[in-house]
Amino acid sequence: MVLIKKGAEAELFLETWCEKKVILKRRTPKSYRIPDLDLKLRSYRTIHEAMLIHQAKLVGIPTPLIYLVDTINSTIIMEYIIGKQLRELANESSELTLKPIFLRIGRSIGKLHSSGIIHGDLTTSNLIIDPQKRIFFIDFGLGKKSLELEERSVDLFLLKRTLNSTHYLSADPFFSWVLEGYEKNVGNKNRMAVERRIKAIADRGRYTTSN
Amino acid sequence: MRYKKTVNVCLGIESTAHTFGVALVSNDGRILCDYKSVYNPPLGKGIHPREAAQHHSEHSANTLKRCLESSGLSLNSINCIAFSSGPGLGPVLRTGASIARALAIWLNKPLIPIHHAIGHIELACKLTGAKNPLIVLVSGGHTMIGAYAARKCRVFGETEDITLGNLLDVFGREAGLPFPSGPYIEKLAKEGNDFIDLPYVVKGNDVSYSGLLTSTLAKFKEGFDLKHLCFSLQEVSFSMLTEATERALAHIERDEVLLTGGVAANARLSNMLRTMTEDHNAKFFVVPREYCGDCGAQIAWTGILAYESGVMTDVNNSFVIPRWRIDDVEIPWRH
Repeated sequence: MVLIKKGAEAELFLETWCEKKVILKRRTPKSYRIPDLDLKLRSYRTIHEAMLIHQAKLVGIPTPLIYLVDTINSTIIMEYIIGKQLRELANESSELTLKPIFLRIGRSIGKLHSSGIIHGDLTTSNLIIDPQKRIFFIDFGLGKKSLELEERSVDLFLLKRTLNSTHYLSADPFFSWVLEGYEKNVGNKNRMAVERRIKAIADRGRYTTSN
Repeated sequence: MRYKKTVNVCLGIESTAHTFGVALVSNDGRILCDYKSVYNPPLGKGIHPREAAQHHSEHSANTLKRCLESSGLSLNSINCIAFSSGPGLGPVLRTGASIARALAIWLNKPLIPIHHAIGHIELACKLTGAKNPLIVLVSGGHTMIGAYAARKCRVFGETEDITLGNLLDVFGREAGLPFPSGPYIEKLAKEGNDFIDLPYVVKGNDVSYSGLLTSTLAKFKEGFDLKHLCFSLQEVSFSMLTEATERALAHIERDEVLLTGGVAANARLSNMLRTMTEDHNAKFFVVPREYCGDCGAQIAWTGILAYESGVMTDVNNSFVIPRWRIDDVEIPWRH
């Protein structure tokens, strides 16, 4: 078992399982939190993540195939996706080549939202572009099922925040392309409603000037 | 004068909330003096802005005098005057700013506006030796996870509603604890051990505490034991923040984490963050306890950094900014 990534809440190992190269994602116990809370969060998220990854695939969004879910050890065995994180790609590519990618990401988010799937952690680390240019959504650990405007808007608000903090030089065009793609799937009325709510969510934050 | 001419000294005035602070800091990083006078609201009440402002103006002359006396310096040996120009309570900000303006005019020295939270971060960096950390700022006014990049503090995560300091203070106030309530809650939490399930809300690198406050208050009114509630409230709110920080750390892959702001005084929070940080092979820094809370030194030291980068304002334009986002501040010394 080779540790390939120590993420925030899980460790990812590259392993051979049934003669396949797979990713073993293990939510390791966190010694900073008390066992009661730790166990509850880890098992809840393991189950929900596997469920949402599967449901996203059913509506046509590329996600890793789930092979095995072990709730006792908070472990998921899933398909190994070879590709590049959007975070790296965004730092080394021109805006022109990134535009179609962000448009497609927006469209995919629209598709997820219309199907009642909230990703919950849309960062550029959680999107993987494979050699066939497919965009994989990974890490649904904070995801949930909801059709609420608030949940859909928070989902996109978090992506906007990541773009602003991690890709600050091009954050504005990136996010506007996401919204453009999103609109293609959900329609103008829904896009406008989400955009208004994103503004309202930002205004609830600390020391914003419009409240 | 005791110090060589090449040494610059900045007088910093902190006045954003319940603390009126004055400090002298030199550009070689020595805190020559740091005095404060703290407004304490009556039990069961929060900070009343007008009364806090009144308290600060009554105590300002004395605090300044004591500060100067203990440093052995005269007003004339000061090179610049920095003040907390925001964010904070309007009347309180204006009190501090008026004193700073008067001194700047009288002494004919440059006037430097400082963002209060940048002050918390810069002083903590100076005192701990952290160079370019992932910053966790927790106070009554902020709950933010950020990092410097290209002359700005980039926010990776923050509270989407109330701050951690606010959560503890409001719960404490309703439960009959004095202000600020953090230390009392921490003490009670040590006696508690029965974990009560409370809403745990992490959204990406963001946290949301308002539901947690409502729910903890409801449980208090239902008659749950205060010490177990304090224990559970700390565990849930601190775990949320630690998890959000961990997410940000995994995302930006820095090798330092710095905890600063008033709530940094809480040993449980700082232990949680230290455990998490060391788990990721990064170095953990926490601001020394005596400089956790608001103080003149945070303004004076940041004043030195700003002065050396040419940041200043003229008195006519030295407005206070009660609402001032940390990610809107230009920080020329952080390229």
